[in-house]
Amino acid sequence: MVTLPWLILFPPIAAAFSIALLTRRSRPASAALAIGALAVSLLSALALLFHSLGHPENPLMEISIPWIQLPGLSLEFGFLLDRLSILMSLVVTGVGLMIFIYSVGYMAHEPGLPRYFAFLSLFAFSMLGIVLANNFISLFIFWELVGASSYLLIGYWYDRPKAAEAGKKAFLVNRIADFGFLIGILMLWSFSGTGSETRTLNFLELARRLESLSAQGILLPATLAATGALLFCGVIGKSAQFPLHVWLPDAMEGPTPVSALIHAATMVAAGVYLLCRISFLLAPIPQVMEMIAGIGGFTAVFAASLALVENDIKRVLAYSTLSQLGYMVMALGLGGVTAGMFHLTTHAFFKAMLFMGAGCVIHSLETNDIRQMGGLYRTMPATTRIFGIGALALCGIFPFAGFWSKDEILALAFAHHRILWIVGTATAGMTAFYMGRLFCVVFLGEPRRNERHSHEAPALMIWPLIPLAILSVIGGFIGIPSFLHEAGGTHVEFNFLVAVISNGAAFGGLLLAYGIYVKGLAPARWLKALLGPLNVLLTRKFFVDEAYGWINRNVQQRTAVGLNLFERTVIIGLWANGIAKTTGAAGAILRRAQTGKVQTYALTLLIGLTLLIYLSGRWAP
Amino acid sequence: MGPVSWILLSPLIGAVVLLGIPSDRTAWIRRAAALFTGVPLLITGVLLATYNRAQGGYQWVDRVAWIPSMGIAYQVGLDGINLTLTLLHALCSFTGVLISYRIQSRVKEYYLFYLLLIGGVYGVFVSLDLFFFYLFYEMAVIPMFPLIGIWGSGDKEYATMKLTLYLTAGAVLALVGLLALYRVSGVQTFDLIFLERYLRQNPIPGGIQRMLFPFLLIGFGVIAPMWPFHSWSPIGHAAAPSAVSMLHAGVLMKLGSYAILRIAVQLLPEGAYTWLPWVAGICVMNIIYGGFVAMAQKDIKFLIGYSSSSHMGYVLLGIACLNPVALTGAVLLMFAHGLMTALAFAAVGHVYDQTHTRVMADWGGLARQIPLIATVFIIAALASSGLPGFANFAAELLVFFGSWETYRWSALAAILGIVITAFYMLRAVRTCFFGPLNPRWASLQDATLFERIPYVILVSALLVVGCWPRFLTELISASTGSVLKHLSPLQTVARLW
Repeated sequence: MVTLPWLILFPPIAAAFSIALLTRRSRPASAALAIGALAVSLLSALALLFHSLGHPENPLMEISIPWIQLPGLSLEFGFLLDRLSILMSLVVTGVGLMIFIYSVGYMAHEPGLPRYFAFLSLFAFSMLGIVLANNFISLFIFWELVGASSYLLIGYWYDRPKAAEAGKKAFLVNRIADFGFLIGILMLWSFSGTGSETRTLNFLELARRLESLSAQGILLPATLAATGALLFCGVIGKSAQFPLHVWLPDAMEGPTPVSALIHAATMVAAGVYLLCRISFLLAPIPQVMEMIAGIGGFTAVFAASLALVENDIKRVLAYSTLSQLGYMVMALGLGGVTAGMFHLTTHAFFKAMLFMGAGCVIHSLETNDIRQMGGLYRTMPATTRIFGIGALALCGIFPFAGFWSKDEILALAFAHHRILWIVGTATAGMTAFYMGRLFCVVFLGEPRRNERHSHEAPALMIWPLIPLAILSVIGGFIGIPSFLHEAGGTHVEFNFLVAVISNGAAFGGLLLAYGIYVKGLAPARWLKALLGPLNVLLTRKFFVDEAYGWINRNVQQRTAVGLNLFERTVIIGLWANGIAKTTGAAGAILRRAQTGKVQTYALTLLIGLTLLIYLSGRWAP
Repeated sequence: MGPVSWILLSPLIGAVVLLGIPSDRTAWIRRAAALFTGVPLLITGVLLATYNRAQGGYQWVDRVAWIPSMGIAYQVGLDGINLTLTLLHALCSFTGVLISYRIQSRVKEYYLFYLLLIGGVYGVFVSLDLFFFYLFYEMAVIPMFPLIGIWGSGDKEYATMKLTLYLTAGAVLALVGLLALYRVSGVQTFDLIFLERYLRQNPIPGGIQRMLFPFLLIGFGVIAPMWPFHSWSPIGHAAAPSAVSMLHAGVLMKLGSYAILRIAVQLLPEGAYTWLPWVAGICVMNIIYGGFVAMAQKDIKFLIGYSSSSHMGYVLLGIACLNPVALTGAVLLMFAHGLMTALAFAAVGHVYDQTHTRVMADWGGLARQIPLIATVFIIAALASSGLPGFANFAAELLVFFGSWETYRWSALAAILGIVITAFYMLRAVRTCFFGPLNPRWASLQDATLFERIPYVILVSALLVVGCWPRFLTELISASTGSVLKHLSPLQTVARLW
């Protein structure tokens, strides 16, 4: 029992090191190592799940060992096992394992496969570290490691300039967000202990202390609010919320299984997971909760609007991920830990599957552009079915998994915040429209490019999708919310009206997409002409990337160039070389005194002596 | 004679032995150099394992009176702080010798100067007598002059003149401070152990302390390098041959911060309380200014050079806080940054020796051709950006925690500094190693099995300490604790910032 968290966390990193040191040259051995290690993690997580089902106490167990201990500072490495971390580690290892297996097929012709699996294992390790962490520093350590492994995976094809740029961008955007996150952690630490109490960053300990700290008046509401907002910065980065969402669409330059793992099921969900973890801290600060819900809702509708006009199959899914993450963040902002986590879980199932389905298409056609696809249902029937299930689940059609989790969020919004409910329902309609558009354009109709013959993906790429497809269908019925229920947070009952309205919106969206893209009822061109200016705004993604580019060029780069100029002219030119030149010049002048003629020296001596005698005469007492 | 003296003597004996080897037997010269730098590494490893942590303080002290009438004695010994730094130097110098196997011209003279430099630096770290401390300090600076002037590249004459003159000027300033200290202490001794104990009981008057402190601070600050006295360092790194850059940025710069901590702060605590808040302000200039200037560099060695002066700002900040957490972080960061910089310079040197250009835009896509060196550089870049798992993260984290309540604004600047570091480091990785391979470099050679040894040593050390920092923090904090013990009764640090 005590060894289980170690058995969840450490096999992937052991695999990563073994691949790097031992099996670097063997593709099958590397793949087998990575998959085997993650399977061990999954089995350990399952063992933990069964154990927890028999033990109702929550949290189940905490393990802590000191990492750095100094007078006045104690940093720990530890595990916190509760319903939240058990569910999340199951998602990571379960969905992860399917993606690992799928990767063997998808990356079959890739010479760098060992490197790929080493990075993938490193990522799985880091992600599980976040999930199991029992304190902020442990979490932050793995948080950063997730960022680094994502940098390596997005830039896997490092000799493609776009991929190299995208990896860098992802890392830097996350780094900017983590600037706030780290400051938030430091602030939290600085007020976490009073008097003789040692300060702590342990989640459970903080939860215990928080109330008494606020009650004693040591912890001002404003300080707590600032801390909460700073901690939320980390979430904005990792879960790609507006305005730091820009890295996620670009991250699609990585291999498709990576997108499925990192940019759908796990890494981007880490932010939402963090919000669940620290909900005890945020719940007492209504302003911050309001802000979180607002940013989540805005991101949901903002990203969905971008997905409407995107032509890259992976980018459509990326925007859709942003939008769904927005839902989850909104749920957390409304206090719905269960709802957010539920949606995170179901979303991991169907979004990973959608990405891998898209991967099958890309693998077959070797293009990402949906305008070159079409009619694939004839040649790729299995992929079509799987993608269809994923799309329906994503649209929130009853009774697919996505319906239940999304409905829980919408019911929550309906009960607490009507504006966000309207936003959420509108987003549901938009989601259905862009997914309908994607499905119709890619799989229905006639093939648009005949020179290449599409073919069904190999079995190794289809089989891993089947468990996910099953979970996408039945995920709403396996009792995830009741499993989580003890995790706390606001809970609302099923609301029939909300369900009907959201399903109506979803069907409306799907029908509209079908009408436009299959039946050709309203030509897409006519629609674009009508929505001309909006279309420009959407295809240029609201100019957010341009704005960052402008800041980068004009603020950051100009500061750097300006300071470099200062360095060259003032610090080096005036200060260092100036002193050297002055010394040199002084030497050149004084050198003239050294004439080498006895007469000059004698004359100088005479003048000096006269002066001395004169002065001593004047100043003598 | 105890083990510490052998650490110090080994490279010096090696230098004498080299004199006896004919200069055309380069293989033997290299082996001898490796042997005489490998021995101190082994001894340091043993000492690290056997240091009595419960007892603390200086251990293995050797003392030989030299000029008793003036209170000068050869005295060496190690506590947690200089043991950590000795370990850093042992690692960097041994790997530096291995990296230097690439040197082809005047091999014997090169290793001769290199061993003298190594011996001098060991001397500074282990000396517990101010006279010998200064002697070794000068001894470390002098061999740099020929090493850069003869085996360097680029604008090496200017660089080596500037470096030597700048460091000598700093040393003279520090010497004034040291001699004044010798006079005003009233006990006529250079014995550091005795002075520490004596001045604790009979402190120098506060006014004099405040007057003397800047001499030592700026004198040693030049090599630290403290803004605005840093401009010798980037060009010095850039012009030096790789192995010299490794020692130079990896170890030599730490002499300054070590001397500030060991001598200025410890012997002049009142002066420290007055002046260190200013240092906490100046180090913001180091961190932010240095970071932005690094961002504008086109030459990769200049980039690492400015990055080093930026990151030494964290060390100065850690010292300025005068609390156990930040001080331990500062010493750990000296260690971590030393290894990381040595790693980066070694990797860059490997490429430069083949490309003969250091302009980043001229490289491009090298990861395809030399994956191992690229991996090493990426590791160095990520370690430098404070990635957990590497020692730099643990050290910087301690500095953040330690400075958060003492100097809030400096701490914020320091945290911003790691964002800036990530920007220029990843850009360097992107420009040099990613993207399509520049066809000019299609025949570049990756590191051979033998050439990998130094990289493996340095990366392993960074990883071990990064994953298990207690291994060193407990050692360091025992000694930083005793530095602070007699400081604490004095007033708390003025919160200037």
